[in-house]
Amino acid sequence: MSELLGLGFWQRALVAGVVLAVLCGCLSVFVILRRLAFIGVGISHSAFGGVALGFLVGIDPLWTGIVFSAGVALAIEWAQSRGHIEEDAAIGIFFAAAMALGVLFLHLSGTYNVDVFGFLFGNILAIGERQVVQILVVAVGVLAVVGIFFKEYVFISFDEEMAWVSGVPVAFLRALFLVLLSLAIIVAIYLVGIILVSALLVIPGAAARNLTGHLRPMLGVSVGAAVGATLAGLFASAYLDWPSGATIVVLLSLLFFLSTLWRRGQ
Amino acid sequence: MTNVPAVQLDHVWVIYQQRPALEDITLTIPPGRYVGIIGPNGAGKSTLLKVILGLIVPSRGEVRVFGEPPARLRKSGQLLGYLPQKPLSEPRFPVTVLDVVLMGRFGRIGLGRRPGPRDREVALAQLERLKIAHLADRPIGALSGGEQQRVFIARALAVEPRLLVMDEPTISLDACAQDDLFEMVFDLKRELDLTVLVVSHDIGAVARHVEEVVCLNRRLYVHEPPPIGRLALESTFGCSVEYLFHGEIPHRVVRRDE
Repeated sequence: MSELLGLGFWQRALVAGVVLAVLCGCLSVFVILRRLAFIGVGISHSAFGGVALGFLVGIDPLWTGIVFSAGVALAIEWAQSRGHIEEDAAIGIFFAAAMALGVLFLHLSGTYNVDVFGFLFGNILAIGERQVVQILVVAVGVLAVVGIFFKEYVFISFDEEMAWVSGVPVAFLRALFLVLLSLAIIVAIYLVGIILVSALLVIPGAAARNLTGHLRPMLGVSVGAAVGATLAGLFASAYLDWPSGATIVVLLSLLFFLSTLWRRGQ
Repeated sequence: MTNVPAVQLDHVWVIYQQRPALEDITLTIPPGRYVGIIGPNGAGKSTLLKVILGLIVPSRGEVRVFGEPPARLRKSGQLLGYLPQKPLSEPRFPVTVLDVVLMGRFGRIGLGRRPGPRDREVALAQLERLKIAHLADRPIGALSGGEQQRVFIARALAVEPRLLVMDEPTISLDACAQDDLFEMVFDLKRELDLTVLVVSHDIGAVARHVEEVVCLNRRLYVHEPPPIGRLALESTFGCSVEYLFHGEIPHRVVRRDE
């Protein structure tokens, strides 16, 4: 263990993993309460298009990924708020289109040496200091905004119409949350990849709701589950030489099933 | 301020996908009234409430609540207390009774600020008023239907509103609890100087308690003076109406114009 902790890449992975777990653990509570699990999947898969666009035009994929997936999220929101299309259909269509664009962008960029597998399934051991800073900045920013509008987000999750009547700017806060979700998803891709990132945004909150009926404890349990699974997953993957992202998600899923059993036993 | 109507609708139309949900509604409700809106399913009762609350923007016509368009009014977060038809969409939602009532204060508190001691005081006072203060720390989902209904009324009152709007408040209650609720709202209205609008499909229960009945079936037909006739109600509901006990109640009739 001590030799592992002495390694720079390992330290970076631990710091980034814990910060991302805290971020996703918090957002996860609102993803569960507002039933945003599927839009989380949609946003993360759309990120593939944005990341590939970054390779095509030679910009840091972080920025293109954020702009692209936030754009797709807002387009889904707009389409369903205008009543043109059901939300689930909108998500299904937009994210498939965004992924297809991603494949085309990669093809056009001609750079076949890109670590596509790393983007799809995460490669936290490969991140540099620059990425750690990006993750920290995004996490602090997103959590600060959620903290500021915490009571409004609880109200909207509870009853959107009532919140609107009470003067809460529902449309603005809904859109803002999608942007925050996009930011979190893009940085969390470093840890578990595009395919698995929605697990980090759904499972901790779902497990926490199984374990407690109160909001603040739910936040605590959700963050705890995410951090615990991330740390355990990183160490387990190091010793077993398994892919770390997948190990973390498998552990989280296990936690969820245990929490369901516990709830049944109550 | 007293001569400004609480609610004023002027030739309001709401059209969904080329089908009118409300046709040419003109209605004035003076402040301080307890008004029941009755009509069959699909008559546009909830739509009418949502137009008054600003949740639905009418296709044509004007809406004023205390002299202001509802969308502007809501930004102050101070005048409208609303009891939705199904207030608890997710029974396991992790909030306590007091949390729910405090939500009624959020419009006044403003964005990004925390509830203060005065908000807590007002919320607790409403729980006290509705005789459910002992439930304050219970999870909302653990309460019975009747208790939950009181919590949501407490939330609407925590706004300190001048207009209380209730959409089918008795739907989950048994007959005795229904009477109690209408009676309780009547007392609240007198005590707090409220204007109350209550939508129901149950003519009998509403008519025993409110001061004025508005019958709605997409279209409004003002039928004055009392008493309300069986024929008028039958044309509202589009079928024969059995329960007519409210001969002394001043009323307006809204009916479908064939």
